[in-house]
Amino acid sequence: MEETKKYTAADYKNKLSVRWCPGCGDHAILNTLHKAMAELGVPPHKTAVISGIGCSSRLPYYMDTYGFHTIHGRAAAIATGFKVANPDMTVWQISGDGDGLAIGGNHFIHAVRRNIDINMLLFNNKIYGLTKGQYSPTSARGFVSKSSPYGTTEDPFIPAELVFGARGNFFARSIDVELATSVEVLTAAARHKGASVVEILQNCVIFNNGIHNPITDRSVRAEKTIHLRDGEKMIFGAEGNKGLVQDGFLLKAVTIGEDGYTMDDVLVHDAHCESNFLHQQLAMMDGDKLPLAVGVIRDVASPTYNEGVSMQIEEVRARKGFDSLRDMILAGETWTVE
Amino acid sequence: MLEKTNVKELDKVVVRFSGDSGDGMQLAGNIFTNVSAGLGNQVSTFPDYPAEIRAPQGSLSGVSGFQVSVGTGVHTPGDSCDVLIAMNPAALKQNVKFLKPGGVIIVDIDSFKEADLKKAMFETDDPFKELGITAQVLEVPVTAMTKAALADSGLDNKAVLKCRNIFALGLVCWLFDRPLESAKRHLKKKFAKKPAVYEANAKVIDAGYDYGHNIHASVSTYRVETEDPRPGVYTDINGNTATAWGLIMASEKCGRPLFLGSYPITPATDILHELAKRKDLGVKACQMEDEIAGVCSAIGASFAGNLAVTSTSGPGLALKSEGIGLAVMAELPLVVIDVQRGGPSTGLPTKTEQTDLMQALYGRNGESPVAVVAPASPTDCFTMAFEACRIAVEHMTPVILLSDAFIGNGSSAWRVPEADEFPEIHTPDVPADKLDGSWSPYMRDEHTKVRYWAVPGTEGCAHRVGGLEKDAVTGGISTDPVNHEKMVNIRREKIARIADDIPQLEVIGNCDADTLLVGWGGTYGHLHTAADELNASGRPVAFAHFRYINPLPANTGEVLSRYKQVIVAELNTGMFADYLQAKFPKTEIKRINKVQGQPFMVKELVDRVSEYMDK
Repeated sequence: MEETKKYTAADYKNKLSVRWCPGCGDHAILNTLHKAMAELGVPPHKTAVISGIGCSSRLPYYMDTYGFHTIHGRAAAIATGFKVANPDMTVWQISGDGDGLAIGGNHFIHAVRRNIDINMLLFNNKIYGLTKGQYSPTSARGFVSKSSPYGTTEDPFIPAELVFGARGNFFARSIDVELATSVEVLTAAARHKGASVVEILQNCVIFNNGIHNPITDRSVRAEKTIHLRDGEKMIFGAEGNKGLVQDGFLLKAVTIGEDGYTMDDVLVHDAHCESNFLHQQLAMMDGDKLPLAVGVIRDVASPTYNEGVSMQIEEVRARKGFDSLRDMILAGETWTVE
Repeated sequence: MLEKTNVKELDKVVVRFSGDSGDGMQLAGNIFTNVSAGLGNQVSTFPDYPAEIRAPQGSLSGVSGFQVSVGTGVHTPGDSCDVLIAMNPAALKQNVKFLKPGGVIIVDIDSFKEADLKKAMFETDDPFKELGITAQVLEVPVTAMTKAALADSGLDNKAVLKCRNIFALGLVCWLFDRPLESAKRHLKKKFAKKPAVYEANAKVIDAGYDYGHNIHASVSTYRVETEDPRPGVYTDINGNTATAWGLIMASEKCGRPLFLGSYPITPATDILHELAKRKDLGVKACQMEDEIAGVCSAIGASFAGNLAVTSTSGPGLALKSEGIGLAVMAELPLVVIDVQRGGPSTGLPTKTEQTDLMQALYGRNGESPVAVVAPASPTDCFTMAFEACRIAVEHMTPVILLSDAFIGNGSSAWRVPEADEFPEIHTPDVPADKLDGSWSPYMRDEHTKVRYWAVPGTEGCAHRVGGLEKDAVTGGISTDPVNHEKMVNIRREKIARIADDIPQLEVIGNCDADTLLVGWGGTYGHLHTAADELNASGRPVAFAHFRYINPLPANTGEVLSRYKQVIVAELNTGMFADYLQAKFPKTEIKRINKVQGQPFMVKELVDRVSEYMDK
């Protein structure tokens, strides 16, 4: 048996100095991606990282894998062609909220719907950083930016809702500074066959500093977020004494031991449940009345596009394949000139 | 070498209406005949009634037919037809033998239910397969659409169904550009005493016409004949199929799988259809969510190591521009097929033009040179699709193939090439001695300026490319001003040096004449025929036809300089003439232009060249 090489995070990292602003959340995500890749053990030359345009899309330059820094919004489409053409590669697609959900929104939903086996990382900082601070499709209504000096007059996308609307089968979320959670969801995304979307709440230190703080600041994070793990109770809070229970068709956060709620009432997370009804409710929690969910929220097996293409070719070729173009033509209607 | 190609234009079209004897085929055929005669066409008809006045409905013995030949030089109703309308399975079975190779069948698919097939003695549920039909079949829901058109007419079901023939007539009027006003006048006369029936038929003929318009139905009213006397196996092929097959041949010759990323658009969609069928040859054809995803998926597939292609028509090429620029910058092989149609904007989707030349040459931001080639005839689509792939792969560049609606839909007899007739395509693989880590992505062949193509998955070649300018040596991102200019010049030079790798421009006809007639792309057949006629009538002309547009063949300037008068004929307002004029300012380029969505006619070419010669 061939000896399998053990890779370390350093094997996925190249020598270029990283050019993101000091303090940018992208640094942490890059490091966790290197770690996740080492944990997965897919060789660097069997790994491709494909990005669009924006700060986050610079990421491929800092990888010692195959990489393609493409054009604005199109990374998902380029990654789709790449994976169909070369299905043995593990493909990571990097986009920000502008790249993935505004200019590239169409490719995003279709990649998810088509279920191409790529890992789609969405760095959500709710701002356009590279163009110096315009509101993005995930900016809240009323958000003030250079292009919305009086506040926006439109509602944002919630990325998870788009994923479910496009019938996605993998959705996970992390926060840039939560390194262990990021490694956990990135490895789970890679292991999932099909389009895996990972939303990472990322801080833009220059143009949108602290946008996620109401949820992610250390002082409130335990109360404002919940880490979901498949098969485990949905528990959160600094004391670990809060949980999610069912309230009619909806969810409710309760304190165990209060109002008659016991641990038995607390729901158990089932990421593999085929119905996405509960997954959607979990993914839509925003840290206001209910804690924002991190971890793997949905992970359901389903047939992938690239396998479908490959299997159909095999099946057709087994049934009526030809060895060459000429054979195929000669099997049709022809005549001979002597 | 390009085979001699003749275009027979507008001579005649044979249409055969067939259906049950109660379906009104004679009426539909008669009106089509009268409308055509009213346009000045010669007509000849052949009504083909069943022996029984009313044989059992849907039975083989009850089939009624009406064949009409319209056009010029029409002396007979024709031995066989270009278009066969079959209103039911029995009509199809009885009449398919009359269809010419390359003809089109239109069926009322609503009358192809199990019971209908049984009445016509079919043994399987696939009548087309059972009859061995390989022709193009337009499956039209004639009954359903007739019913829908007359939903509010107050007519009973029986009366409604009697209008199906007129729906078919409307569709045929669309196909051959017949004016409905004239057809309606004939209907009004026919139903003078039944105004309600006339109103119904008038509505239905509009519906049939609009249906053809909506689905972009088209048939070629031209026959392109290639004179290729070489012995061998022949088949009938249209330009779009030939294009698809040329790509497959190139894939075989370069040993890389063929990937197509595409989005449906008239008149290029048949290329997607054909390649989708060719899973039996391992082709990966992906219908993407839009034109941009079409080109982008192909770029991804190219980076991944496949022979990657995207197919489209003019408006789609506009959408793909940014993607093509990325392939220019990343120096990846990419074939972009543009089956040109009338523009601008949505323009004339089913009609032919050569108006995308400037878009192909220059339609991108920045200094963004690509190779451009243009097939000359339906069968040449095979050769030039192969050439586009060969140039793309061997020179690591996007190549735009400028086909057009006329040659894409036009068909012709084609000799199937022998296995060894086309050359191997050499992929610029990373040299083996560079796999030790000393390779960098923008290292290039000193002579051709071509960079190497490292297939992802190869150990020792992991690398990053992208749309940002790169350092000429290291391949890292660079904003250095001098480096940028150097890279611009390298990319330009790389395309220019393709000229060393393509055939020289040939001159045919009367090479010693004073006048050189010049064309490019799909007008070859008309121009060649016109040149022949001019020479035969004592007006000596030489003829040169371009299939390699950028770069031009190396001897272009020398050829042009040999003639006193150079006339470029093209289906636009003078794009290729301007292009040549800019490159060869010493030659005064004269022009013959037409922008009507129609091919040239030989006669108008002869007349206009003669005018220049007589000046």
